[in-house]
Amino acid sequence: MGMKTFDQLDETLHFEELQNGLKVYVLEKKGFNKTYATFTTHYGSVDNHFKPLGKNEDVKVPDGIAHFLEHKLFEKEHGDVFQDFSKQGASANAFTTFNRTAYLFSTTGDVKKNLTTLIDFVQEPYFTEKTVEKEKGIIGQEIRMYDDNPDWRVYFGLIENMYHHHPVKIDIAGTEKSIAKITKDDLYECYETFYHPSNMILFIVGPVNAEDILNFVKENQSQKSFKEKAPIERFFDEEPATVAKEKKIIEMTVQTPKCYMGYKEAAPNRKGKELMRHELCVNLLLEMMFGKSSPNYETLYEEGLIDQTFSFDYTEENGFGFSMLGGDTQSPDEFVERISGMVESFKDQPIAEESFERARKKKIGAFLRSLNSPEFIANQFTRYAFNEMDLFDVIPVFESLKVSDVEEVLQNHFKKEALTVCQVRKKKS
Amino acid sequence: MGIVNHKKTDLHGMTVHTIETKKYKTTSFILQIKEAINEKNVTKRALLAYVLQSGTKDFPSSKDLRSALDDLYGATLNADLSKKGENQVISIRMEVANEKFLSNSEPVLDKAFHLLSQVLLAPAVENGVFKEGIVKKEKRSLKQQIESIYDDKMRYANKRLLEEMYESEPYRLNVYGNEDEVDGITSKDLYDYYQEVVRNDKVDLYVIGDISTDEMLEKVKKHFHFSKDHHEKEEQASTAKDEKRISDIKEIFEEQDVQQGKLHMGYRTYTTYGDPDYFALQVFNGIFGGFSHSKLFMNVREKESLAYYAASRFESHKGAVFVMSGIETGNYEKAVKIIKEQHEEIKNGNITDAEFDQTKAMINNQVLETIDHPIGLSEVLYHNVVAGTNRSIEDWMEGINSVTKEDVVKVAEKVKLDTIFFLKGAATNGNENV
Repeated sequence: MGMKTFDQLDETLHFEELQNGLKVYVLEKKGFNKTYATFTTHYGSVDNHFKPLGKNEDVKVPDGIAHFLEHKLFEKEHGDVFQDFSKQGASANAFTTFNRTAYLFSTTGDVKKNLTTLIDFVQEPYFTEKTVEKEKGIIGQEIRMYDDNPDWRVYFGLIENMYHHHPVKIDIAGTEKSIAKITKDDLYECYETFYHPSNMILFIVGPVNAEDILNFVKENQSQKSFKEKAPIERFFDEEPATVAKEKKIIEMTVQTPKCYMGYKEAAPNRKGKELMRHELCVNLLLEMMFGKSSPNYETLYEEGLIDQTFSFDYTEENGFGFSMLGGDTQSPDEFVERISGMVESFKDQPIAEESFERARKKKIGAFLRSLNSPEFIANQFTRYAFNEMDLFDVIPVFESLKVSDVEEVLQNHFKKEALTVCQVRKKKS
Repeated sequence: MGIVNHKKTDLHGMTVHTIETKKYKTTSFILQIKEAINEKNVTKRALLAYVLQSGTKDFPSSKDLRSALDDLYGATLNADLSKKGENQVISIRMEVANEKFLSNSEPVLDKAFHLLSQVLLAPAVENGVFKEGIVKKEKRSLKQQIESIYDDKMRYANKRLLEEMYESEPYRLNVYGNEDEVDGITSKDLYDYYQEVVRNDKVDLYVIGDISTDEMLEKVKKHFHFSKDHHEKEEQASTAKDEKRISDIKEIFEEQDVQQGKLHMGYRTYTTYGDPDYFALQVFNGIFGGFSHSKLFMNVREKESLAYYAASRFESHKGAVFVMSGIETGNYEKAVKIIKEQHEEIKNGNITDAEFDQTKAMINNQVLETIDHPIGLSEVLYHNVVAGTNRSIEDWMEGINSVTKEDVVKVAEKVKLDTIFFLKGAATNGNENV
């Protein structure tokens, strides 16, 4: 068992990599009622072209299959696993992102019992033609729900604009048409390839005894046999640095138009500390340029171009990366013109030490606040670990950054030719 | 000391609630300001919440105020509105990092306390009224916020259901007010109303974190100065009983260009937070549609594949149960029939032991999880203020545990469907062009 203490944060993380390759992390949180556990595979919607475990030929699978698999893993011969958790006083859930599929529960009751249920249901798939067909109606309604959601449409539309080939542009849930093609054999093939313990992380946070929990998990795993771990071969087409489309307008039944704009990262292939530094730099820049205490925010708000819905973010992972800014606005074109103009003039000025410090303080405070949340810790730790980063490095890395670091990122990331825009506008009747 | 170390002190015209705990890396302050929701003030009150968080006497613009917060290690400040029964509550929340986790431990707590008091008691004023510039901006933002409800079809359908179901009751009012009233509010109107609020409204302050109660009370004395004539209005709307008897179920249809129909159903329960059968109603709602093992989820989604979500929610202070589900427009009759049947099933006592025990376990689990979060904890405790009760977390859990199946059946018989609102889909949505 390994142990890492973060004195400044008053946290101790326990971890171990088991023989089958599964990485287990336990963070003790005294005083909390709830224990939260996530069991996550490094497999998401972008992993649609790969070489199945033990085969020589690569395959391309239908859009939306990772998400479909997530739904179907809950169904067993004896019924629905949701019910098992519920009987044990736990609430379970799952979600699929571009790069991850996570299964989770939270409970204030019996942790070990629920942990067994979590591990076992994820490691014992049961797919039949009948249950696969039944799910198509439910997921079809989920897809329609998102289709009617303008925030989702504008966000996703922007990503579609950015990419020529990268599968991040494919909707995570797929389409009603693409999921219609999914069979139980497809599900098993994806499952065998991506749900090997060596491709997964188990994270437990709560008022538990770490050693006891680690031993318990080890015992559970030692009773199961898995194939030898093998590296997973994923295939991605070459993605140009340019955006696929500069602008898209989606018409919907809305009253207030929405506008998102984004800068596509030209070389999104960083890992580890380098990725963390880069992410934190872009986020600091966004904060300095458009945070609530910035002159730009004040101007935009005063001009009525933004409201409380305005937000921004940067994300990068495995071959895709972008910053995005957006929200509700009455004048979507002016919104783009003003904001891109502000970015350009920000690039022309030296960065003020004071504004850099203020942004950094704000970000450190926000990070501490997130550590109140077991959900944040488990989910973000896992995301960071899949990208070879350590969540608990965030504060020291923030503290190590200098103005010159962000200067460089500013010039390289926010390039005019990397800009794309997506708008949702009121449908003309 | 129970699960939560909660102390209450009446001081300087408000009730100060302190919760000492080492669980968090931050200290949270939550101000709850309550008034009965009413047609005359609803929009003004919504606007007031946003104006207050946009500047103070010392930091007279949003930019100045936000900079001051950033300098306090990214302290957060936000004002928000909620409807709790027939009350319109302004919540002003602030969260600040615990000094102990900062490498150059700065004294942020006292500064934060002062800033919070200023947001409520020393706003940005010019010529004896709120600063014109702030009011103008926040009016525009509020209008946009009200409009955006229409864009989120789930929220829109919910709003329409309440308007129809509570046609002649204050509960029909939207917590953000009426769009067409926003323009007419002047800085003076708003300032006059603000003075009424600080004079009359019931104010509760929650301080949660690694704090000492005595120290916090000293800080309240130091920073919070309400005017001398502060007194709470005698009559609060919170305990108003639902008297309406239902003759016919109201069915309202509306059509829009959406992919998925939104089905919302409103039930009257005639039971609220302070009533003895409140716990039975919580269990009823849990069996009906509160969880993923509930009858609605199992039948509408799992058995019939009609929906991705089908759930119910209980509003504790109005005593209403709301059902919501996203379905194909053509499946309306079928879905309504199944939902009604689930209610009948409970009335007929068709509740398995598993369902019953799971529901109780889940409700208690939910409460314990909610109080792990500072805001969740303050909300759970604030129920007592709204309802005029004095229940501890332990009382609450004991109340749930002691409910019998017979209690659930009895309360299920009281629950009556009042209104169905269905937002139907028409054609396809989202045509793309360049």
